[in-house]
Amino acid sequence: MNVRRGVLRSSNVGVVLLLAAIVAGTGGVLIAAGFDLRRAVEALISGSLGSWYAIGSGTLVRATPLILTGLAVAVAFRAGVLNIGAEGQFVMGAAAGTAVALSLHAPAVISIPGALLAGAFAGSAWAWIAAILRSRFHVLEVISTILLNFLALNLLSYLVRGPMQEPTHVYPQTLTIPIAAQLPRFGPMTRLHLGFAIAVVACVAAWWAIRFTAGGFRLRAVGANPFAARSAGLIDVERVTMGAFLASGALAGLAGAIEVCGVTYAVYENISPGYGYTAIAVALLARLNAAAVIATGIVFGALEAGGAAMQRDAGVPSVVVSVVEAGIILALVVFQRVRVTNAGSSQ
Amino acid sequence: MSSAATAFVDATVRTATPLVLAAMGETVVERAGVINIGLEGVILSGAFGALVGATHWGLLGGFAAGILSGVVVSLLFAVFVVQLRCDQIITGTAITLLAVGLTGTLYRSLYGASGAALSIATLAPNALPLFSKIPVVGTGFFEQPLVAYVAYALIPAIWWWTYRTHAGLALRAVGESPIAAEAAGVQVGRVRTGAIAFGGALGGFSGATLVLAQAGTFAENMSAGRGFVAIAIVVLGRWHPLGVALAALLFGASSALQFLLQAIGLALPYQLFLALPYALTLLALAGVAGRVRAPAGLARVDDV
Repeated sequence: MNVRRGVLRSSNVGVVLLLAAIVAGTGGVLIAAGFDLRRAVEALISGSLGSWYAIGSGTLVRATPLILTGLAVAVAFRAGVLNIGAEGQFVMGAAAGTAVALSLHAPAVISIPGALLAGAFAGSAWAWIAAILRSRFHVLEVISTILLNFLALNLLSYLVRGPMQEPTHVYPQTLTIPIAAQLPRFGPMTRLHLGFAIAVVACVAAWWAIRFTAGGFRLRAVGANPFAARSAGLIDVERVTMGAFLASGALAGLAGAIEVCGVTYAVYENISPGYGYTAIAVALLARLNAAAVIATGIVFGALEAGGAAMQRDAGVPSVVVSVVEAGIILALVVFQRVRVTNAGSSQ
Repeated sequence: MSSAATAFVDATVRTATPLVLAAMGETVVERAGVINIGLEGVILSGAFGALVGATHWGLLGGFAAGILSGVVVSLLFAVFVVQLRCDQIITGTAITLLAVGLTGTLYRSLYGASGAALSIATLAPNALPLFSKIPVVGTGFFEQPLVAYVAYALIPAIWWWTYRTHAGLALRAVGESPIAAEAAGVQVGRVRTGAIAFGGALGGFSGATLVLAQAGTFAENMSAGRGFVAIAIVVLGRWHPLGVALAALLFGASSALQFLLQAIGLALPYQLFLALPYALTLLALAGVAGRVRAPAGLARVDDV
């Protein structure tokens, strides 16, 4: 490795340079494609940060599922578990949360925790399949979690067109959940709901647990080197891996249930615009640090909210946000040496 | 009933063709010790490239543009994993995300936001004389568009190349032990880049097949997970061309089952059929994965 490259890598200069190149490149693509760049940028900013309403009801509402799924990915990656299945776990959590919210005719103190726990449990159960496939059958979780995402989406499609469909059978979605199961909002003028606070608390709790508890130490040890953890640290690697998988699935499932109880109030096929995949970028940008996920989740929430405004007001397709996200991941993977493959995936 | 059986075989081969193409390429890539999760994005780029090429230069131009797009995207992947030695899984995920964003944006800007049913002439099936007359399976296997025969021919060709040539030996050596290969004078980086480009060409070809031989149009995200399935199929086929082809057929057959069951008159939710291939692939992986060995250097980047 030559010196110049070494200096670039050791600082954040490289990241900034590459990001600048990506932003310029994306702008170039948009101009070449004939879009009005100025209007697009104005819409992006006003839709995400332009007003208190945009910040609270746009950015932070969008950030909530991204923070929780990002945390799910960070916890798994920290333990060397390549959970690419947050998308499927999110969807299962949303479906289970809705099912419980619709069937529990109870006051809010029971309905809301019931729905959220059901979501977390369903996400966990979905992740458990991949965990068992890895530990018993040596199936790479990268492959199994992706396949499980497709299974989950098809299962959801069946549910909202079959057993869980609203009684008139017109729309492919469930009934609206009762008011008792809806998460309270932070005021009459905002769409921001309690779920955001839950996401922040979850991140802080996870950060503390990973940093200061014995279980967190084991998680980090297994992620850093499973062989050393087993031979020198007398750590039950299988157990830690399974725990990380289940916790990760529970967080993604919780995100799904919170999205239903806080935003959509019903479940339908496209409930996730790919949160589970964006979550990977959220976790990597946070360098797998649970507390930093709060900040990176908000950054991506702003991008998504701004992207939606851009499509609405400037006609620029919101998928262009994926290009920026991909660019951020590539910048990080080069300059921060974020790496997960060699950590725990070897068997 | 026999027409249902014919339709079943035909649908099996139809689903399997783009998968065989993509999975053959990925087999070569993984034999070189690289796993390209970005294959999904490569296929999608190939599909979009094929659309653009076909609208300007006709069918042949479409295939050429599709293959070229696949190569370009996979070379971008190669820059990151071979030159810069980045994590392969994360890079591959980013490449897919990039392809989704780029193709989606360009598609909408070139062809309008509604994506008004753009239709392109597709490759017509060519019946192979004699073979297509074989009862039941004949028409299914041998009355297909030209691309299917390319896929058939690739299976023995790649087998021969990997197991019977010096270049193939070098490829496998790089995948098993890059350090040993380097010591023996093999240029590991060059072999890996070549393998990735080849996988990209076939991935792009697979995408072009979707547009130019099957759908006759492009839709956002039309690769619909085929890249990920192809990667699973490579594992299922034990990194061997013949096994990979059989695994692709198995996947094709399980998604074609609906034709048989509909003929019998079984009314089951259609999502079951959409989900079945994924579930079967998972089950088959569980049965196979513990007993096979991946190329020893797969996805490792910090040796050499």
